[in-house]
Amino acid sequence: MKKALLYLLSLTLVSMLALAGCSSKKGGTDASPASPGASGSSAPASASANGTPAKLEFWTFNELHQKFFESMAKQWNAAHPDMPIELTATTFPYDDAHNKLLVALQSGKGAPDLADIEISKIGNYLKGDPQLVPLNDIVEPVKDNLVMSRLDNYAKDGKYYGIDYHVGAQVIYYNKEILDQAGVNPDSIVTWDDFEAAGKQVLDKTGKPMTTVETTDQWTFWPMVVQHGSDFLDKDGNVTLNDQANVEVLTYLQKLVKEKIAIAAPGGFHHSEEYYGFMNGGGAAAIWMPMWYMGRFTDYMPDLKGKIVIKPMPVFKQGEMRSSGMGGTGTVITNQSKNQELAKKFLEFAKVSKEGTIEIWKQLGFDPIRTDAWTDPAMSEPNKYTDYFGTGIFTFLDSLKSEIAPTNIKERTPAVSDVIKTKAMFQALNDLKDPKQVLDDAAAGIK
Amino acid sequence: MKWIYSQRLAPYVFVLPFVLSLAVFFAYPVLSTILMSFQEVLPGQTHFIGWTNYRDLWKDDSFYTALWNSTKYTFWTLVVLIPLPLVLAVFLNAKRMKWSSFFRSALFVPTLTSVVVAGIVFRLVFGSLDESVMNTFRHAFGAGTINWLGNRVTGMLVLVILATWRYVGINIVYFLSALQSIPGELYESAEIDGANTWQKFRRITLPLLKPVSIYVITISIYGGYAMFTESFILWSGNRSPNDIGLTMIGLLYRHGIEKNSLGLGSAIGIVLLAFTMVLNVIQLRLFGLFKKED
Repeated sequence: MKKALLYLLSLTLVSMLALAGCSSKKGGTDASPASPGASGSSAPASASANGTPAKLEFWTFNELHQKFFESMAKQWNAAHPDMPIELTATTFPYDDAHNKLLVALQSGKGAPDLADIEISKIGNYLKGDPQLVPLNDIVEPVKDNLVMSRLDNYAKDGKYYGIDYHVGAQVIYYNKEILDQAGVNPDSIVTWDDFEAAGKQVLDKTGKPMTTVETTDQWTFWPMVVQHGSDFLDKDGNVTLNDQANVEVLTYLQKLVKEKIAIAAPGGFHHSEEYYGFMNGGGAAAIWMPMWYMGRFTDYMPDLKGKIVIKPMPVFKQGEMRSSGMGGTGTVITNQSKNQELAKKFLEFAKVSKEGTIEIWKQLGFDPIRTDAWTDPAMSEPNKYTDYFGTGIFTFLDSLKSEIAPTNIKERTPAVSDVIKTKAMFQALNDLKDPKQVLDDAAAGIK
Repeated sequence: MKWIYSQRLAPYVFVLPFVLSLAVFFAYPVLSTILMSFQEVLPGQTHFIGWTNYRDLWKDDSFYTALWNSTKYTFWTLVVLIPLPLVLAVFLNAKRMKWSSFFRSALFVPTLTSVVVAGIVFRLVFGSLDESVMNTFRHAFGAGTINWLGNRVTGMLVLVILATWRYVGINIVYFLSALQSIPGELYESAEIDGANTWQKFRRITLPLLKPVSIYVITISIYGGYAMFTESFILWSGNRSPNDIGLTMIGLLYRHGIEKNSLGLGSAIGIVLLAFTMVLNVIQLRLFGLFKKED
């Protein structure tokens, strides 16, 4: 009896030890190439040397990004027959993509070679020792041509870990049809006071709200705060969410809601199915979102084709910036990749080179981070975005080039964004609580 | 090699696969979670921080919100999802019931749907626009449009309705199987003694359903506190306004994954485990499961 128990115990212990052995490797040995069989489908290392394609795996949460990378892989293979690649790209839902990657990096196993990380999540991946490959050697040679504030978001201790797709210039989209009915000229809206007055006119003449505000997301509030000279976090990562500028902006937004010039976005935020339907049916006259929101218009609001005009954001005082760099997604290379050098070269080809960034505009409709591409003639060629919004999008953007306020993305960004999404916006814009109080409470809740 | 044929050893060999899988997939993760709940878990920089995670949790308002939400949800699902399926099962089991097998499958079908699909449909049905199904329904009674998912009371209502729609079928199956195992002779002899339908239900059916009811209550308590997907899908992410749909698992997910502090996430998991265990032990004691059969 005793003996039997002993056998049992020792067997259990052995199995536990074996498992514990697996977990203790976490983090420590990741600097060297991942152990055999780690990332499932990967090919033997440095397969590219002899002409057989090297396998690269890419994870994203946006199908359009997947298509972009697949087409760039084709172009790469045409341009580099000596080192072909075979790209396997996968699109996951937003949360899954980030969680899977986080767990894979945390456990030291199963991560892809390349992955997309959305800006409000990057803080999670920069905690501790980043399990990503520094990209300084592809960034630094062309520093002067890049909007570096966009790369700083993905940097830690002077090392750049991610390449963004776009600048994410904040703009305002007006529904020309509704404004015409109300007799409002969008070019005459310069300040937020003008915007409010125009909003009253629209409401009186058409009975429609001027705009919608997000109550469970941050894209209404954040750009206004940044353009008003503040941010949620300062350069050192301290919380500034309840400073004067933040309170002024939120008070203004609340005023719009109280006057019924603005309504809470149906579905709570500007990416809900309800919202697309509402706007597509001419629900409101204006919406401010970054340039990358163009794709949502073309894909989800087809009825507004030709009716939308893009303008710079109104300002609180003359002289304030009329745009800001909002949102973004960085492509990173994980330290579990067996073909890190090749992955780096491919990433440079796809997202840093001038040709690559022009493709980003052509295929994705994003304002690329490389400014010398903006003036390239290729940028004014017709595509589905020029069909929808008219030509001259980039001449417009070029005029805003020096007025794009940067944001501070820090380790606390996920925490701030969480409190904005779940509490602050809803309390101020739906429950109509005192903005100062709401922001004080929110700031106190961030650790 | 004699020990291979040992009769004493044999049972242990036979249970070994179970013990091993329990050790690998349950004991190890639990132990590891307990360990992690005392750590700050970061790639390459994991270290022990004592009780800090638990202290942070203690001071965190959203912890109490989440616990309260989960408790309310569990309470309401128990209130609805025990009596309703029981009564429905009794009807479905009755000989006089017409189309009984049709209703059985009709009530069971929602269980087979994916929570994600069901959640999205419910989100649109309970949308905030005038045109959403439930608001049109309200208009028919002269009531105005409301933002169903923006308010603490209606938000919880939608969660409970979704749970009822989805889980009533599975509980009916539990109760039905129990009902069918009640010997018919009991009812016959009761009839001979002159018992009416209500008396038969009260004196025979209910007492004999007790074991299965205790089982259903126990898994419902675990299920209620483990609810996450429904809330996650209804509010298209872990971001219900004012945290009205934040559950314990939602909080675990928020800290452990969304904010990448797995240590704190582990602490939440341990607290949740302890909480549901205590609750179920109390419940089982109340229903007398630990008492010796007489």
